[in-house]
Amino acid sequence: MDILNHIALGAQILFTPTNIFFCFIGVLMGTLVGVLPGLGPTAAIALLLPNTFHVSPVSAIIMLAGIYYGAMYGGSTTSILVNIPGEAASVITCLDGYKMALKGRAGPALGIAAFGSFIAGTVSVIGLTIVAPPLARFALAFGPPEYFSLMLMGIVILIYLASGSILKALMMAVFGLLLGSIGMDSISGTQRLTFGLLELADGVGLIPAIMGLFGVAEVITNVEQAIKREVITTKVRNLLPNFQDWGDSFWPIIRGSVLGFFIGVLPGPAPVISAFSSYAIEKKLSQYPEKFGTGVIQGVAGPESANNAATGGAFIPLFTLGIPANSVIAVLLGAFMIHGIQPGPMLISKYPDLFWGTIMSMYLGNAMLLVLNLPLIGLWVKVLKVPYPILFPLILLFCLVGVFSLNYSQVEVALMIGFGIFGYLARKFQYEMAPLVLALVIGPMMENNLRLSLVISQGSPWIFIEHPISAAFIFISLVLLISAFVPWIGRRRQRLQEKVEREQI
Amino acid sequence: MKNWRWLFITLAIFLMLVVSGAAQDFPKGPITYMNPFNPGGEVDIAARAMQPYLEKNLGVPFVINYLPGAGGALCWSKLAAAKPDGYTIGGFSIPHIILQPMFMKDVAFKTDDFVILTIVEYTPIGLAVKKDFKVNSVKEFIEYAKANPGKVSCGGVGKFTGHHFATLQFMKLTGTSLNYVTFTGTSQVQTAILGGHIDASFTNSTLLVTSRDQIKVLAIGSEKRMAQLADIPTFEELGFKMYPRIARGAMVPKAVPAEIIKRLEKAFLDTISKSEFRAKMEQVGFVPQVWGVEESKKYLEEDTQMLTRLIRDFDLVPAKK
Repeated sequence: MDILNHIALGAQILFTPTNIFFCFIGVLMGTLVGVLPGLGPTAAIALLLPNTFHVSPVSAIIMLAGIYYGAMYGGSTTSILVNIPGEAASVITCLDGYKMALKGRAGPALGIAAFGSFIAGTVSVIGLTIVAPPLARFALAFGPPEYFSLMLMGIVILIYLASGSILKALMMAVFGLLLGSIGMDSISGTQRLTFGLLELADGVGLIPAIMGLFGVAEVITNVEQAIKREVITTKVRNLLPNFQDWGDSFWPIIRGSVLGFFIGVLPGPAPVISAFSSYAIEKKLSQYPEKFGTGVIQGVAGPESANNAATGGAFIPLFTLGIPANSVIAVLLGAFMIHGIQPGPMLISKYPDLFWGTIMSMYLGNAMLLVLNLPLIGLWVKVLKVPYPILFPLILLFCLVGVFSLNYSQVEVALMIGFGIFGYLARKFQYEMAPLVLALVIGPMMENNLRLSLVISQGSPWIFIEHPISAAFIFISLVLLISAFVPWIGRRRQRLQEKVEREQI
Repeated sequence: MKNWRWLFITLAIFLMLVVSGAAQDFPKGPITYMNPFNPGGEVDIAARAMQPYLEKNLGVPFVINYLPGAGGALCWSKLAAAKPDGYTIGGFSIPHIILQPMFMKDVAFKTDDFVILTIVEYTPIGLAVKKDFKVNSVKEFIEYAKANPGKVSCGGVGKFTGHHFATLQFMKLTGTSLNYVTFTGTSQVQTAILGGHIDASFTNSTLLVTSRDQIKVLAIGSEKRMAQLADIPTFEELGFKMYPRIARGAMVPKAVPAEIIKRLEKAFLDTISKSEFRAKMEQVGFVPQVWGVEESKKYLEEDTQMLTRLIRDFDLVPAKK
């Protein structure tokens, strides 16, 4: 009955006024950034990180995690009401969600999105509760070669799954690795690519990079697109889905939950991929696939469940291996470090209060989100009406103040603006951001583990093949890379992408 | 709405910081404590234990900031260039800050760029092997290492650090050849030896005390046996005259005004002389000290002389690459 004790410990940590308050702030901020286009969970967490310096690590992580899964709830609201996805993960929800709203069924669409998210969120936290502790014990078997191969596989998967050309994704990943190698060599202490700037001695800061790529670049892109917003102004009525809706949505929610959880464990922008996959599966399994895109409730229930479940899954590599699965988790990893917690296989046994407290907060947070998103939907609709000329400068200001308050360094502010411009250009030419960010974060870890492995093996690269776990990762990476260049599979992948892109428009 | 409120809060905090920076008395704002290693290492454990007392004593927040890399050289290079106003202080380890400027290329600090405020504790370095390693004593370890020259992987933190020199000294004394593997912090060494990815490690008494059920501790570098490791022989008992240890504390750039140094020294000494603090440190394997600026300076000088002798007598300078 170990697990019951642990749950009791977690509950004890969570049910203090402070931690409940931080959980609430987290999910509230999450919903807010989910609703607002131009500000995603990655930038929001990075922005709020400095404000958590003086609270206990548990409270900080509870709040920051709340932003992550909270954003997945908020994202659906704008997709359904305005046809603008608040989050990349809610892009697919626009297809049927907005059509439902046009038919006057915005209420049930919002309702099923919230309920589906709640069910999936809870399912994935249960999964995390059960899977993470035994996995962490297993993770001690991971030495430098295993870590290196795993991270290599992570980057390859991310490149493979990138929407758009593989070559572009590869270029972004390599550029990210290059940026990651800036700074002092972790073994010999030699300065690399720092151009004598002391600010670069410990590498390119993750937070300026993320605020630039996700905050500043997003704002510039949105200003250019000058999105026309037509908020469905008719009163959103009747949020509770009827019996028929529930019957239609039951299996999509279950399938979405399971699918999302497993995709979440893999590296990459899991919420986005899982939402797209869920939509594709529901369409395939449906008796009336031709109706998808005209406002069927399954097209909302499945993807919205999947993207929420993915957030739970994404915590697994963080808690067990200390490896970030995507850019949001990468910022959370930074938060662990700032609060003096070394992520890795020892985390759950060394900081049980942190792990179980955070887990318990996710159950509570999901329940809070259900309340925040159903009765308070009117409030979020009002937020959507804040005019862009006010909203965008505000976001820019937040980014500037946020980055500066981190280290009081002008160099980092300049870095952020540089990354912002780069991110805008990259977006314009359809280069994806995710491989760059993940490579930037993982790069130094990968390099360190590569060199440790080679020192242990005294220079022999066969160490990566001699260790069975590592060999398996290398094998999977190779298969993925080769398959990308086999014409038959390559064509299929391309067709799938074209289809997705068509549907997006 | 919500947005506006956040903006005002952020701006208010910002203004407060700007105004407080202009005031005269020290300290007026948060003090940043730069940590040269990963979270969970010895510098971190000591800093976190001192943090609440220091915050109470100085009346300002004490922010711990991690800058691991290059055996600490990264952090110390930054500290040497920090604004000498007393708001940036850093953790250090001896012998690292003595050895790195002597041997490492590209290190942007010198040992006398700093004033040591206090030495808080030291940890003797001991030898441990992974749980399923075939040897049970230092004697067997030496035999095994001689039979497999260069094959035994031996982890430690950084190059030109306490661990690195302990390994070099042991190799000279015993005529063995070990494969030294460089990690960025003790917590990484711990994960690696517990997971069986390295065979052995010359590492701190703290790790030996807290993980002793999961590893085999063979010897310890203290002069007498440690109370927490009463059944572990010292190197001296085994016939090897080596006493490797790492001393740690806090330091500031040397241009910090004397009265600020006094104030900080007092805060640290008040903290580390508390018996509850010392008990806490001993429990996890530290040997606590209460040394201020003068005693620390003396220790640094003595250690420098001792190391210079060691380097000369044992010809410890590793081949430059």
